[in-house]
Amino acid sequence: MITVVYFAWLRERIGAGREQIETQAETVAQLVAELSAIDPYHAAAFADLRSVRVAVDQVLTDFDAPLAAANEVAFFPPMTGG
Amino acid sequence: MISVQSAPFDLGDIANRFAAAQSGAGALVTFSGVVRGDAGLIGLEIEHYPAMTLPAIEDMVGAARARFGLLDAWVIHRYGRLAVGEVIMMVAASAPHRKDAFAGAEFLMDYLKSRAPLWKKEHRTDGTAWVDAKDSDEESLCRWD
Repeated sequence: MITVVYFAWLRERIGAGREQIETQAETVAQLVAELSAIDPYHAAAFADLRSVRVAVDQVLTDFDAPLAAANEVAFFPPMTGG
Repeated sequence: MISVQSAPFDLGDIANRFAAAQSGAGALVTFSGVVRGDAGLIGLEIEHYPAMTLPAIEDMVGAARARFGLLDAWVIHRYGRLAVGEVIMMVAASAPHRKDAFAGAEFLMDYLKSRAPLWKKEHRTDGTAWVDAKDSDEESLCRWD
């Protein structure tokens, strides 16, 4: 079981900020494929991965990253702090 | 000091406290970002990733201190709703000499803009819209590579 969290327009598009996912995905990309298949809202959120960033256990990473032992995966748009 | 907070803060008070906390510094640089009063803009709503924001900023501050020999660096960043004219965030950097204090503050600003998990949403008279990241912000980051 993995916790998936969403921020900004990904959260709005999916309609939830957090969900628990039972998954065998070995990489972030595999998890994205599983999430995209949940419903059209998830599919829309992940339609263009160039505008999606990912953090595994609160550390920025990329879509090739392994999910071994990960507790929390976060998806969000490019950051706009400052 | 690093703080991610919804409450407003007093720029002058923080700048004075930062100055009082230093020893051996010859240069103190502070920068603050303000909600710019663009036409039709009511204010900003800033969302963040609570579990990640503080550790991410701590890493940036550690990198800035090591790279520029900063004696100290403080970051305060607000989240939640901010009206036009309100202070969003501030950075303070101290160093023996001004060049490093300025560079350290700029480095921190570039990283905060593009690598701290914060997102701005504009509330305008005609609706709301998430602010898109700018290519120029990413380019600013590249100069530190």
